[in-house]
Amino acid sequence: MLRLLVTLLLALAALPAAIAEERTLRVVSPWEITSLEPSRAGYVFTRMEVAETLTGADDGGLATPALAASWTVSDDGLVWRFRLREGARFHDGTAVTAEAVVAALERARAAPGVLGNAPIASFAALPGTVEIRLTRPFVALAAFLAHFSTQVLAPSAYDAEGRVRAVIGSGPYRVVTVEPPQRLEVARAETWEGPPPAIGRASLLAAGRGETRAALAESGQADLVYTLDPASLERLKRNPRITVIARPIPRTITLKLNAADPRLADPRARAALSAAIDRQGIARAILRAPEMAATQLFPPTLAEWHVPGLAPLAHAPEHAEALLAELGWRKGPDGILVREGRAFRLTLRTFPDRPELPVIAAALQDQWRRIGVALEVSIGNASEIPAGHRDGTLEVGLLARNFSLVPDPIGTMLQDFSPGGGDWGAMGWSSEAMARALAALSATTDAAERARLRGEIAAILQAELPILPIAWYQHTLAASKRLAGVTLDPLELSYRIAAMRWAE
Amino acid sequence: MRRVAAAAARRGGQAVLVAVTVGALSFLLVHLLPGDIALRIAAGRYGYDLVSVQAAEAVRAELGLDRPVLVQFAEWLWRLGRLELGVSLVTGERVAAEIARQLGATLTLSFAALALSIPIGPALGVLMGLRPGGVLDRAGLAVASALRAVPSFVLGVALIILVSVELGALPAAGHGEVENIVLPAVTLALGLAAVSSRVAREAMAEVRAAPFFAFAETKGLTRRAVLWRHGLRNAAVPIVAFLGVQLVSLVEGVVVVESLFAWPGIGHALVHAVIARDVPMVQGTALVLGLIFVLLNAAVDLACLALDPRAGRR
Repeated sequence: MLRLLVTLLLALAALPAAIAEERTLRVVSPWEITSLEPSRAGYVFTRMEVAETLTGADDGGLATPALAASWTVSDDGLVWRFRLREGARFHDGTAVTAEAVVAALERARAAPGVLGNAPIASFAALPGTVEIRLTRPFVALAAFLAHFSTQVLAPSAYDAEGRVRAVIGSGPYRVVTVEPPQRLEVARAETWEGPPPAIGRASLLAAGRGETRAALAESGQADLVYTLDPASLERLKRNPRITVIARPIPRTITLKLNAADPRLADPRARAALSAAIDRQGIARAILRAPEMAATQLFPPTLAEWHVPGLAPLAHAPEHAEALLAELGWRKGPDGILVREGRAFRLTLRTFPDRPELPVIAAALQDQWRRIGVALEVSIGNASEIPAGHRDGTLEVGLLARNFSLVPDPIGTMLQDFSPGGGDWGAMGWSSEAMARALAALSATTDAAERARLRGEIAAILQAELPILPIAWYQHTLAASKRLAGVTLDPLELSYRIAAMRWAE
Repeated sequence: MRRVAAAAARRGGQAVLVAVTVGALSFLLVHLLPGDIALRIAAGRYGYDLVSVQAAEAVRAELGLDRPVLVQFAEWLWRLGRLELGVSLVTGERVAAEIARQLGATLTLSFAALALSIPIGPALGVLMGLRPGGVLDRAGLAVASALRAVPSFVLGVALIILVSVELGALPAAGHGEVENIVLPAVTLALGLAAVSSRVAREAMAEVRAAPFFAFAETKGLTRRAVLWRHGLRNAAVPIVAFLGVQLVSLVEGVVVVESLFAWPGIGHALVHAVIARDVPMVQGTALVLGLIFVLLNAAVDLACLALDPRAGRR
């Protein structure tokens, strides 16, 4: 009897430890789990540290080892060899082989995404090493391999037809249950060869409504809540149980202009439209973060790409009016500018997926009206912008461009500013100097030369304004104070749960 | 029994008609929406950061979207004839499997909401109908009007702030645990009760004013006996018919409430499917909803027949 009692007491004493062991860290994000396919919602599984890519990136965007422990580049820059981390195993217990990695890379290259844009000639699986041959030197390859679409899954993750039936990765966490589109539960993977993460279980809930996410953070029902609207952010900052982290990320709200339109073809016309924008006002009133007003394409935190000496984009409506008068525009009776019988009327397309965009569009409408440019705002689906780019009907598009699709912004820059422009970048604009600088930048590893080329690119963009930067973006996180070791990945590659622990 | 069989056969015929009409309409409407369908599907699949015309062309080729619309529709009909709903264009999963999962969530939520609304709506309504113009009746009218005027989105946010954030009593969103259903169900139930209480009140007031009710009272039955034997059953016919209609109209509220509470239901899925131009998902979802309407109407018919056998004889 006594023994039973003692056992019972011991069990009771051990109970709190067992509960702490099983505590689940609850993550809330707006992005739904639309698919298990890496090229679609693959970011869900890389952020939750279930699946790994060959490389990762530090906060500044420099490639770091992940599934690849190290890599070498041949002297001509055409052959890259990635040595796989020794002892790496998939969650089904099998070893991560070079063949599995090559299979994943082939899939990623065939799917729409970033890898198809890299000059890859072939992949080869050597023992413990993956070899990638290029058609021309391409320095950003290591960054491209950090993209979620290249995540490496076990051969058993695919069914007979090659579709993903379960996400079996090699990360510190394994999938316990996945209920698309809203829930994912993960637990510490026994197959992980590194130090076991302190947090044993984690769940992800996709909540599309900003109000819902804020309420979950505020009531303590979630431990990590990503992407908060400006109003909620202010309120959460005053909550003693929550730490709010906001970091600028390489995503910029830009206006895409059709430079092939005769009204927008002259760089002075684009400069005038830019000078008419009160970026400070937009950042203060709409984004509630005055420091987010863009003075150039990239924010100062992106030290590699921000050029401190560049003359900032400033609000100067009188200058704008003078520039337009120089181009032959005269105000008509309704206050709208007219030239050769044609009024300065533009249609702006934008979309509501990022809730601030339609509000910014309304502000632009008012600000441009003051210099005599009438702007009609058309709010539709995001895909209207690339569609209008292709058929040439787009005049102005307002969007939030992600320059870290791959951690090195060069990936996006190549898409957006190469001759002919890009679906989300320049339109009807091309610059030989820009093309030369971009090509040189993707080929050279010399740090000083790279810095000079980035400066040159920034200067061209600032002078010619093929797109108008409006504001920089903040990535936001409300983290419970019950958690310690919380950091926010500005490149959104990972939630970094494996590095966190419970505070008490 | 023959009457029941006849009612069932009539509804069965309706079901086939509904299936074909709903399928054709949703197909047509999705194709009539502005914007390039391949681009929309690509945006749904890859997210707008990655959507490009190149991705859209790949989608168009994969799904054969450049074929004539009639050919695509005939293909869908052919599959439907073999009871196949096809594959979602966005997730690549079987539509039937997705709907089965989402429909379960929506039906759970809808029935919980309806069950919650009955003691609030019709029960209070009957009490109000017994004393038309009384304090309860007038207060009920004010509260019902207010609740009906507030969109379910606002009601939901108010409940989250009050119950979840301020009191910390219930989770604000999510699913998988029992307490998750309470707030969305209450949000929907309050909206339902607002209307059903008024319908019940009218039905009861009418019965109360009927000569047979006065006769039952005159012959000396207690109030309780009058209500049980003569009042409730007579008032129940319009109330039951209305509850059937309400279950149907729940879908309207469910769309918003599901999104707000991150509830993985069919309304939420339908909105996303329309945005992403996921034709098979839209068709499948609309089809299932349409058939549920038919089924509910059949059930309401049968319930009313049981409550008032005279209706069948006429």
